[in-house]
Amino acid sequence: MKILAAMSGGVDSAVAAARAVEAGHEVVGVHLALSRMPGTLRTGSRGCCTLEDSMDARRVAGLLEIPFYVWDFSERFKEDVVDDFIAEYAAGRTPNPCLRCNEKIKFAALLDKAIALGFDAVATGHYATVIDGPNGRELHRASAWAKDQSYVLGVLTAEQLAHCYFPLGDTPSKDLVRAEAAERGIQVAQKPDSHDICFIPDGDTRGWLDERLDRVPGDIVDEAGAVLGEHDGALGYTVGQRRGLAIGRPASDGKPRYVLSIRPVSNQVVVGPKEHLAISRIAGGRYSLTGEPGFDLADPFACEVQIRAHADPVPAVASLREIFDEDRTEQHRAGATHEIVVDVDLEHAEPLIGVAPGQSAVLYIGTRVLGQFTIDRAITAGDIDAAERQRVAIESLV
Amino acid sequence: MPAPVLEAYTEALHLLGNPASTHAHGQFASEQLEAARERIARRLGAHPALVTLTGGGTESINLAIKGFYWAAVRRANARKSAETPVLLIAAGEHHATIEAAEWLRDAQGAKLRLLPLDSEGVLQPETLRAAITEIGASRIALVSFLWANNEVGSLQPVAELAAIAREAGVPSHVDAVAALGQVAIDFGAVGVDALSVSAHKIGGPVGVGALLIARGATPEALVHGGSQQRARSGTQNVAGAVAFAAALDHAYGASDDEFAAKLARLRAMRERLISGVRRAVPDAVLRGAHASGSEAADPRLAGNAHFTFPGCQGDSLVFLLDAAGVSASVGSACQAGVAEVSHVLLAMGVAEQEARGSLRFTFSPATSEAEIDALVEALPNAVARARTAGLA
Repeated sequence: MKILAAMSGGVDSAVAAARAVEAGHEVVGVHLALSRMPGTLRTGSRGCCTLEDSMDARRVAGLLEIPFYVWDFSERFKEDVVDDFIAEYAAGRTPNPCLRCNEKIKFAALLDKAIALGFDAVATGHYATVIDGPNGRELHRASAWAKDQSYVLGVLTAEQLAHCYFPLGDTPSKDLVRAEAAERGIQVAQKPDSHDICFIPDGDTRGWLDERLDRVPGDIVDEAGAVLGEHDGALGYTVGQRRGLAIGRPASDGKPRYVLSIRPVSNQVVVGPKEHLAISRIAGGRYSLTGEPGFDLADPFACEVQIRAHADPVPAVASLREIFDEDRTEQHRAGATHEIVVDVDLEHAEPLIGVAPGQSAVLYIGTRVLGQFTIDRAITAGDIDAAERQRVAIESLV
Repeated sequence: MPAPVLEAYTEALHLLGNPASTHAHGQFASEQLEAARERIARRLGAHPALVTLTGGGTESINLAIKGFYWAAVRRANARKSAETPVLLIAAGEHHATIEAAEWLRDAQGAKLRLLPLDSEGVLQPETLRAAITEIGASRIALVSFLWANNEVGSLQPVAELAAIAREAGVPSHVDAVAALGQVAIDFGAVGVDALSVSAHKIGGPVGVGALLIARGATPEALVHGGSQQRARSGTQNVAGAVAFAAALDHAYGASDDEFAAKLARLRAMRERLISGVRRAVPDAVLRGAHASGSEAADPRLAGNAHFTFPGCQGDSLVFLLDAAGVSASVGSACQAGVAEVSHVLLAMGVAEQEARGSLRFTFSPATSEAEIDALVEALPNAVARARTAGLA
């Protein structure tokens, strides 16, 4: 196959490219320039996007004796990932930019360009597995769950999956990848892993957002709508936050209050007792499927749901259904007609804590990734029965 | 590196001795160095005393831009003038010029005026004249322009521009890096105050260049130390100078006729490529000056062709042609290797979308007709594919 290896300058993509070469493919290395004003040297835990990273990638391509190019996706990245990230926060949501980058850049803009230029697939250093199933290709977790990155690939569609190549999927551990890199003479063998958001080099997301979004003061309210205090900008708050609420009056029950949700349209921060942070139902209208599921999603099905890259999967029952008018929240997109609704299996799992709209929920059946949705609403454990029984317009808590 | 240049270079590398030393080895090295300087000077129409050898074209240009600016600041300070000197820079200059000038503006408070180009990438003499009149000649530290644009190949009306500056009493610098080896350069006849060249553009070693500095001019030095040369300190690179002289001999040949014959060959190659590209991709647009008239009045570098291909991204084309065995270039790349939209094309008034699909082809006497035909053959398919890939 003709493979385009996306090379960040890190050890994973370097070994992935090396394995693609070794497998006999015709490989061309490409480093994506995602910033117009790249830093010169790597700082902190950034794993890409600096000149040093670009140079690292180039050196690896040289070692592998494959052609190497740098392609500029900085404008697309700014529009589809950075601006989206800012807009999501402005709308009171907590986005995952790595998923967005995979969805819009690596496996969309880059993949489209690669295919147009005559490549068969894009190879990356993600830890995930693609297998051929009865209904087409399926995305599965990597064999090493500790390094599994299938969560951030949950946005891939069947068409994208058809052109993905993850040479690291069956590697038992990162240490082995590093050892292999060292053995191959790859200079970045001991380069630290990247953790933070690549375009926020110091990791201070709030500070970064503060420079880009105006803080508009508004009310801090309880779940019944009573005003308890004032905030200096809703985007400064995170679901689950307890400190720094500056509410003068204590709660009537004397218990501490936590941020339960942020209402972007009314610019309110909703607070309440800790129990109400425990979420047993999440739902969202912006969803995608990682290939053909092989069954009707309208029929409730058992699955596992994962709401963060490093969270444990939680047993649940899910289905795709119409959005009832009374369930619509400030977070739902106007055009959405259906949403995926996921109920945590409370007999076998604890409720989810600290769920924020905008987060991506990825659904799994066993090791298989079924698809994902962006969380539009999250409902506390105690409220579900009432909602189901009466279909009353509970204002969603988030 | 051409064989005679390599031979001269390696032979000189065997030499011992710092040309600044007074012992016999040093004296021998000094003789080699000064003989090479004389040959370089003769080829460029200058007296050897006017040749400051540098570490390459970028250093030469920096020395000119910063050196003349700082000299103007020194003069302004001496007469206790509060006026900030102004740099007049043509808009499509090489990054070495633009970045140096912008740095002076941003870090040192210099005033910078970019002079617009016409649609062929040429700085029109009236544009320069009007700018000098508007700003006032006494405030201008330096005017800098290219001899030949390195991207689109247009030759500038150097003699006219130099005459305008000279009449107004404004110091002038011409960046002849891209022109060297394809244009006869006569520093004395042109009448500019400084001229930059680089050896590697004509098959000499990388890291060797020169700034020619007219007698009356006193640019400040960038590099201070042992004052080995007029405007530059540092032990001199004897082998580099010898190789530069050899490369000039190689590039300009033993006689004017030989040089003319070489240019004629390059032009024939260029015209073959231009007509071939136009045939293969009818909507490709040749950028820069071009006339199919007499060779004496050729307004373009003999070895340069530059096209924009509508609907294509330059880096897709580079990749596809590379795969077909043709090396082309998308103008310039930043440090990370990202192809940038050409500031030259933008300065010529080309829309950004169009400028993204630009490709520059350069050739040397070693380029064969078969290579050009291979490019023309590979082009339609590459352009079609690149169009599918779009302007990602």
